[in-house]
Amino acid sequence: MEILMAFVIGILFMAATYLMLSKSLLRIIIGTGLLSHGAHLLLLTMGGLKRGAAPLLGEHAKAYTDPIPQALILTAIVISFGVTAFFLVLAYRAYQELGTDNMERLRGTERNE
Amino acid sequence: MSLLHLAILSPLLLAIAIPLLYKYFRQIHTGWFVLPLPIVLFIYFLQYISLTREGSAMIKSIAWIPSLDINFSTKIDGLGLLFALLITGIGSLIVLYSIYYLSKDKEKLNTFYVYLLLFIGAMLGVVLSDNLIVLYAFWELTSFSSFLLIGYWHHREKSRYGAQKSMLITVFGGLAMLGGFLLLYIMTGTFSITEIISHSDQIFTHSLFVPALLCVLLGAFTKSAQFPFHIWLPDAMEAPTPVSAYLHSATMVKAGIYVVARFSPIFAEDSLWLSLVAGFGIVTMFWGAFSAVKQTDLKAILAFSTVSQLGMIMSLLGVGAAAIHFEEIDNSYFTVATTAAVFHLINHATFKGSLFMVVGIIDHETGTRDIRKLGGLISLMPISFTIALIGAFSMAGLPPFNGFLSKEMFFTGMLGVAEMNILNLDTWSALFPIIAWVGSIFTFVYSMIIVFKSFTGKYQPEKLDRKPHEAPFGMLIPPLVLAALVIIFGIFPNILSETLIAPAMMSILPGFSFDVHISFWHGPKPELFMTLGVAVIGTILYLTLAKWRGVYGLLPEKLALNRFYDEGLEKAQYGSFRLTSTYMNGFIHTYLVYIFTFFIVILGTTLFVKDALSIDTANVAPVRFYEVILALIVAVSAISILFAKSRLTSIILLGAVGYTVALLFVVFRAPDLALTQLVIETVSVALFLLCFYHLPEISRSEERIRFRMTNAVISIGIGAIVTLIALSAHSTKLFDSIAHYYVENTYEEAAGKNMVNVILVDFRGFDTMFEITVLGIAALGIFTMIKLRLARRKEG
Repeated sequence: MEILMAFVIGILFMAATYLMLSKSLLRIIIGTGLLSHGAHLLLLTMGGLKRGAAPLLGEHAKAYTDPIPQALILTAIVISFGVTAFFLVLAYRAYQELGTDNMERLRGTERNE
Repeated sequence: MSLLHLAILSPLLLAIAIPLLYKYFRQIHTGWFVLPLPIVLFIYFLQYISLTREGSAMIKSIAWIPSLDINFSTKIDGLGLLFALLITGIGSLIVLYSIYYLSKDKEKLNTFYVYLLLFIGAMLGVVLSDNLIVLYAFWELTSFSSFLLIGYWHHREKSRYGAQKSMLITVFGGLAMLGGFLLLYIMTGTFSITEIISHSDQIFTHSLFVPALLCVLLGAFTKSAQFPFHIWLPDAMEAPTPVSAYLHSATMVKAGIYVVARFSPIFAEDSLWLSLVAGFGIVTMFWGAFSAVKQTDLKAILAFSTVSQLGMIMSLLGVGAAAIHFEEIDNSYFTVATTAAVFHLINHATFKGSLFMVVGIIDHETGTRDIRKLGGLISLMPISFTIALIGAFSMAGLPPFNGFLSKEMFFTGMLGVAEMNILNLDTWSALFPIIAWVGSIFTFVYSMIIVFKSFTGKYQPEKLDRKPHEAPFGMLIPPLVLAALVIIFGIFPNILSETLIAPAMMSILPGFSFDVHISFWHGPKPELFMTLGVAVIGTILYLTLAKWRGVYGLLPEKLALNRFYDEGLEKAQYGSFRLTSTYMNGFIHTYLVYIFTFFIVILGTTLFVKDALSIDTANVAPVRFYEVILALIVAVSAISILFAKSRLTSIILLGAVGYTVALLFVVFRAPDLALTQLVIETVSVALFLLCFYHLPEISRSEERIRFRMTNAVISIGIGAIVTLIALSAHSTKLFDSIAHYYVENTYEEAAGKNMVNVILVDFRGFDTMFEITVLGIAALGIFTMIKLRLARRKEG
């Protein structure tokens, strides 16, 4: 299962990279979304999959899934959500003020300055 | 804190008081407050002559940074004392001269004397330090104060240019020298020069010896304006004349000479040192003399003449240091060369100082230094003429002045090179006396130009700004003193030999015994005929100057060293501008390409170099049908985003990925994750849709992502690298998880049954606290972004 997941994660990273290299700001943010999904799945996969019951002591199981990666992912999800939300509103404000979402036109420096 | 330390630091201490004295005693020229200090110091240093006569030295040390072996240790020996006397003696005369040269009402005297005092202190520090790092610190302080003094009239473009040029070149050399010092420290384990000299025969074979030698030499050559680093010196002539006379003829440019002399006992074991010092010296001597003849500005002639004379001293030191290299053979030639170097060092300071002062007087009284405008001043300025005549004849090497004696010994030394082939240069050695002789002819020619072009010939009052007349007497005292010394040292050279020259030589060539006796008349030896030849051919060349001047037009302007410097600087600036504007093009796409490429290359190479690639299937969970379906949905949705034409489709596909990930969390036994993921994915998709909805009309024309090969290659590379690393990492587990601790203690210690929640709020509660902070900051940031409209408010 882990090998399959590794490939799925690779595909997520690939798609995310490709989107981040595109011109549209919205696509770049979609790319970061895919990238964080990939990272979260990677965390979970590297912790080992299905080594027992869900990490709830009420289950009275012999073995439980490793709870630490889950706690880490939970933190990561919340943080990436905060950042994504901020980023999206930033993009929204950029549309409002600058009237474009084309990254080729949003440039910090001018050529031949 | 000994008296010697105080002597070195006293100029710096006085420099603090100068602005106050300038402010509260406006009627008195500030220079008068400065004048006593160098005089007192000169008298103070004179008393050490009795100490150094026997070849002994005094070392005083105070701790500065003892843990790094950096101590402010001072050492006074023959060489240091000679320089200290030159610095303070000429310093006193220069201060006196500057009092008459600089106007009390027009010039900012406070800054001038602060810079000058900084320089005096720094220079004393250089020649009296026994610690390499302290020496270096003072060395940079001389560069720095010289920079300030050259740019003293900072409203002039040329002053700023000259100051910057000298700064760049001397600091370049200074940093190289620091490198050399650090290499010496690595080899010997000490920063003390005295101790390094005592270890010199051990480090001779060390692999760092030659790099250290080259670095130290680079520092000495740049400071002492040796070919091809001499180009800063003529441009430094934009400084006020007292500064040119002091820094750029008598003291600072001799700091490099000092370093070569001081480090000869260490480096002269290697014949490379001898050939480099002697070779560059003689080339500089010739090139400086040759270039001086074509100048039309008096100070420029003197600048090139300084370059030439420094080259002469340098080559003599190189030849003289051969005594250390060839201990077995008769060393009379080398000791003569070293004597000549030390003697000429003193002579040059006397006659060059006086010549600079005379040129300053001419400039001051006529308003120009251009020899094409000057002439016939002999009847108007007889005293200045006398001084100039003495100085120039001494510089040309004519009897009965001191320059004659050192020039004769110079020829002796150079003939010795040819005769004994001491520099291992085979046939090249024969060139030394020839170059020296030709250089001396040019020296003769420009010395004559200085005197006769400005004082004799036709008087051209219409070209002069002012009506010239003799300078005030106070201004004439310093050059008169120096000219008197020129004659005294010329006629009675042996008053110096026992007191100053022999002790200085004992420092340069430790372990040799000297019987320095400078005789005025050697008898009819080849040197005498060489001098005669110089005088005869020099006179002919001077008289026919107009005819052969065209020779200077032969050298194309393109090969001039200044052009190399200017264009080099310009090209370096332009090149770096071009470089940064090429790779920093302002497109985020380009920067992401750099980052991703770097990521792929570094990680990929590491994987292969470390042979870390491995797939181990022993430790994997079994694959089940519906998990495969979910995984495929994730992969397919992710890939379809790339081909989606509409942005709305992309957003919905992203939502599909998110919800499927939540389902995967369910399958992989992570209920809390699944819950959070579902909620957050919903909110995120709503936010995406908000953004989508507010897209401006212009970019509503939807289009697919345009396919670009580089993007495709890079993204596939990233995907592949991540997969490979994930596989390899999973296959090589080095140790077990610490999860069993949480499983055992979640209920016992923390009174909870949901392990994930207990970890989040109890075991690792700090993470959660800051994660809450992140959310808070994000919320505040979003609020601010929407509410704060500074730009619009300004317009409204």
